[in-house]
This record gives sequence, C-alpha cells and structure tokens, in this order.
Amino acid sequence: MAKNNHNELARFEHCVLPHLDAAFNLARWLVGNDHDAQDLAQESCMRALKYFAGFHGSDARAWLLTIVRNTTFTWLRQHRMQELTMTIEDDYFDAAAASSEIVGLSPSNPETQLSQQADADQLRQAIEQLPVEFREVMVLRELEDLPYKQIAAITGVPVGTVMSRLARARKRLQQILTSGATAPENTAHGL
Amino acid sequence: MDCNELNVTLNAYVDGELDALTTARIESHLQSCASCQRRLREQMDVRAAIKTATPYFKAPANLRNRIHAELHKEAKTRWLDYLNTWRWPSMGAALSSVVLFGASLVLVLSMPSADELVAREVVSGHVRSLMAEHLTDIRSTDQHTVKPWFIGQLDFSPPVHDLATQGFALAGGRLDYVNNRQVAALVYHYRKHVINLFIWPAGKETTSNPNEREWQGYAAYEWTQAGMQFWAVSDINTTDLRQFARLLRFSAIAPPPQ
Ligand SMILES: [Zn+2]
Repeated sequence: MAKNNHNELARFEHCVLPHLDAAFNLARWLVGNDHDAQDLAQESCMRALKYFAGFHGSDARAWLLTIVRNTTFTWLRQHRMQELTMTIEDDYFDAAAASSEIVGLSPSNPETQLSQQADADQLRQAIEQLPVEFREVMVLRELEDLPYKQIAAITGVPVGTVMSRLARARKRLQQILTSGATAPENTAHGL
Repeated sequence: MDCNELNVTLNAYVDGELDALTTARIESHLQSCASCQRRLREQMDVRAAIKTATPYFKAPANLRNRIHAELHKEAKTRWLDYLNTWRWPSMGAALSSVVLFGASLVLVLSMPSADELVAREVVSGHVRSLMAEHLTDIRSTDQHTVKPWFIGQLDFSPPVHDLATQGFALAGGRLDYVNNRQVAALVYHYRKHVINLFIWPAGKETTSNPNEREWQGYAAYEWTQAGMQFWAVSDINTTDLRQFARLLRFSAIAPPPQ
C-alpha cells in the first residue's frame, strides 16, 4: 500500500487540483458565502484524496464536482435543513409564474425585446434565490459547460430531470428579465 | 417539426444536446419560421444575460495554500511510511513513473484518427499564421468587407459574421490550405487571443453535432452547418471556444438585428 502512496499524491496534484476553481465555484453558488464555501471545498479535496486510489475515470473534474456536491448537500442538511425541505419545486415555480402574470396584466408590447441593460444584479439575485436543485444545474451547465449526462451523474437525477430543471429555471429568469418581476414573496423566506 | 415540437426541444438544441438528425430538422424549421427565430433569439438573449450575471468564483489564494499545506503534510507522512517500508532502489522507479505518467497524457491526447489529421493541419495552420505574422490577407472588422473579398479567390462563399458585441471581434480573413484544398480562414480576436476559423465546403454530411479536440495546447472545435465544414482553433480554453462556435452557429440561423 505504501508503495504507491507518494506517487498517488503527485497524480492527485496533477489531475485533481487543477479543478479547485470549479470545486470552489460550485460550493460558493450552493452555500452563498466565501467562508463556508472554502471549508467545503477543502473538505471535498481531502475527501477526494482519501478516495483517489479508487478513481480510475478520465474526468477528474466531474468526479471532484460529484464529491463537492455530496459534501455540500450533507452540510446543507445539517445546517440549513429548511432550505432543502422548503424548496418544493412546483410551489416555487407556480408562485413565481403567478406573480409574473400579475405584473404581465398591464398590456405590454408583445415585441418587447429583452433589455440589453437587463439589471445584472437583479438577475444574479434571482439565480441566488432559485431552489438549490435548480441553482446547481444552472451552475454546472452555464459555468462548467457540462453536458446533461454528466450533470445527471453529478447530481444523481435522470437526464430528463436535468433538462426540465434547466428549462424551468431559464424560463423563470426570462420572466424576470422581461417583466422586471422579482422572486415571489411567499416563498422567499424558504430560500 | 412544428413550432410546438421546436418549443419543447429548444433548450436541448441550444445546449447542443440533440442528435444530428433532430438538429437538422430544427434548423430547417428555423430557416422558414420567423416566430421560432424570435424565440431562439430570446433564448440566446436570456442565456447571454445569465452568463453576464453569474460570476465564476475562483478559489481564493488562501484556500489553495491551505490545501497545499494539507497535501504536504500528507506527503511527509506517506514519504516516511514509504522510507520505512521500502528499500532505496525502488525509489528511482517511483519517481520515473511520475514522469511516465506525464508522458502518457501526451500520448492519449495525440491518439490518431481520421479527423485527427485534419485537426493537426488546422492547428498547424493556426500556429503558422501567428508565427509568420501572416494573419490576414484582408484586414477589416467589417463582415460586409471581408465576405466579398473571398469572391473570386475561392470556388465557394464562406459565411462571415462579426461577433464583436459578444466579445469575439472579427479582424479579417486570408486564404489558407487545409485538407488538400484552398480554404477560407477568418481571424477573430478574443481578449488578447487569436482565433482562426477555417471554412470549406463539407463532404456528404451537411449538418452535424460539434466535436472538440485538444492538441499541443490548442483547442480545436469542429462542426458542419448548411453544407460548410468549420474548424475553430485557438489557445483559449475550450469553454470559450465552444461559446464562440455556438454563437456562430446561431448567427447563421438567426442573425442579430444590425
Ligand atoms: Zn415555428
């Protein structure tokens, strides 16, 4: 066992550590602050090192992200249970759709183009307020540019679920862009 | 393919998740349907807005240091274990296997295949264009100047789209020679980097899903669309190159209002 040990460290440094940015970025988007994200990224790396001998795949980034994802969700379950239990998808999106419809009552021009100066802060806030299951697929897709299949493997849900979560999240963000609506008040406390 | 079916698959289409046949069906519907073109445009706009609104949080330096410190601690422990367990001669072998590991990576990346040869050619073309400082024959940021320049120089007319507003600024074009034929090479600037886009008429397949390759530190991204073969080559990261290719594919179908 000792024979491969330091060899393995070199290999770890070579194939896993280059993805530290990706690890931190995912944790940062899931927990919303630098401090916890750093702890979680470090914990994930140490966990990855522990299991590294058993990793024989070719995609170290996806492998590390899976560990980050699981470590972070375990942490969320311990520290912010309400965040996970309150995000009942349909409730959130139905409420969101309803609030946009109300805004949409004032007859708007159907030709309305998305404003080029769409308020980036507002949009970022809206992404931060998406239920965590939606946020993670958005981050993996938009920032890591991963294919659906890998996102499904990392998040442990079927490809169809990845696709529908992405579509619904984007639709929601599009509504916010076009109508200027914000996240629904009645679910904000749970996010 | 009708508008409803397109609506359902639009997300997967823009994400490049569909097979070549479905992609072709979508693109042929898009050619003739103004309202679906508008929907695609909106989809692209919302994505661009999301991209700008979602910062990529890079790992702070102190996190990197913390992890390196942990690794060194671990290395020291393991090294001592190792010295206690193994005799000196095996050390050389252990060190050389680290070197071998690096070498095997290079081998994997340069595994040859049919397209691989073309990939190498376009990468050489890219490198050549930078080294010989022969980047452009026609130097212009205006697509309406660059496109007509190729008329008379080539037996086909390459599509030319400036993507300056999305960060990829057209810088000009030149003639190049790839895959045993004269091809169009368009030059784009992205941040401080150069992207070469090689274009020539496609063979049998008129539309296909993109392929990407890495060779000698360059990323190459290949696709066919509307009967043309495209190869984008650069030293930028594959994510940015993929984005560049995606934007080009979409401007060919639903050009942004000028
Ligand atoms: Zn249509």
